[in-house]
Amino acid sequence: MQLRTMKAAALGLALATLTLSAQAHRGWLLPSNSMVEAKEAWVTLDGAISEGLFEFHHVPLRLDGLTITDPDGVTTQATGAVLGKYRSTIDVRLPKDGTYRLAIVNNNVFGSYKLDGETRRFRGVEGSPGAQVPAGATDVETSTTHARLETFVSANSTSEGALKPSGVGLELVPVTNPTDLRAGEPIRFKFQLDGKPLANFPFSMVPGGVKYRGTLGELRFTTDAKGEASFTVPSANMYWLSAKYPFEAGKGRPEPGARRYSYAATLEVLPQ
Amino acid sequence: MNMSKTLSLTLQNSLRNSLILTLPLASSWAMAADLSVKFDLPQLNVAEYHKPYVAIWIERADQSVASNLAVLYDVKKKDNAGEKWVKDLRTWWRKAGREATLPIDGVSGATRAAGSHTLNFNAARNGLDKLPAGEYKLVVEAAREAGGRELVKVPFNWAGKGKLAANAAGKEELGAVSLQIQ
Repeated sequence: MQLRTMKAAALGLALATLTLSAQAHRGWLLPSNSMVEAKEAWVTLDGAISEGLFEFHHVPLRLDGLTITDPDGVTTQATGAVLGKYRSTIDVRLPKDGTYRLAIVNNNVFGSYKLDGETRRFRGVEGSPGAQVPAGATDVETSTTHARLETFVSANSTSEGALKPSGVGLELVPVTNPTDLRAGEPIRFKFQLDGKPLANFPFSMVPGGVKYRGTLGELRFTTDAKGEASFTVPSANMYWLSAKYPFEAGKGRPEPGARRYSYAATLEVLPQ
Repeated sequence: MNMSKTLSLTLQNSLRNSLILTLPLASSWAMAADLSVKFDLPQLNVAEYHKPYVAIWIERADQSVASNLAVLYDVKKKDNAGEKWVKDLRTWWRKAGREATLPIDGVSGATRAAGSHTLNFNAARNGLDKLPAGEYKLVVEAAREAGGRELVKVPFNWAGKGKLAANAAGKEELGAVSLQIQ
């Protein structure tokens, strides 16, 4: 009994890292600004997992795995994140002019196995203690969700170096710079899965402020036959863009061997 | 069982002795009003859809609750887990839910899928016969997990008796809402 409680606690900690799409609560990043115009440019990033969009009321999003891709396309690990009760926060220095990508990429594993005659279920980030199968386990079944959670920030000017896709997983490939979005102006985004364009692919954008507005105001868009979407957003706000593949995937545990993908990004749309 | 036998015997006796005793009862029954509420839960094109929690009540002109009619939530969840999300019906929670103990007999019910639904509240349930004549509003609140929250208010003038019909509509989480008193 005690061992199982400890295991549950470990799972709970793993869950606090990154769990998208399986439940109504979602993980998100929130930058203090998407375009910083200053000689010494910094941005503060918050990360949390919550039911209400951009509300801090559930658990923090761990930022240990946060990577920064600079305008030259060089990727480094972020350091100095502070883990709070409802959110994590990190200050990021932006030494070069141009667009940066701030991203957390994880493989979340769901699984079950048999050990000592009992069926045990587990769920956690690939490679973490919560996602490991003990020696001697039989009938191991796992399924994976490849998850990418990111946002973009520019210092003094926009650039394209950080916007090249990795070719792995579900990705947004911006044609319009994601830190240069304006209400009412056309936005062009492409979607790819493992490097291949996704045609007729739906994605959503939810504006912040749901708590005060009441209605969700979710906008739903679809890519064309070439995997590109061109659309406008009616009002200025911080938006949470989300997509998943397969897009009709049900909730709950995926089938054994199934591979799911999720993508989420926080994008700032300013008034014209 | 014995009680009802005695009661019916007593009634039979009164019938034999005096018809006048039963007449006022019959006429007050005819005056009591039945209320029916029809509401639309729109089919939404969203990334994640959950059936909304819905609360229905009658409010007075000062927005206090005159009659609590229905609160639809996940009544069947283990350990009353569904109650945790009833707070998302923020207005209902503030006006009536916070003080109440769930499930409320005759008021709590299961969530409904997208589509048109009609709920009927007979005279004993709707409490209209206790309300003084005046301006009231039927309020329907819908809150959806990973979704939004919307209130629709249907004003009506209650004369203490009689028939009436009124309607209003929401924009996103609720469609048309109509009430009928007969």
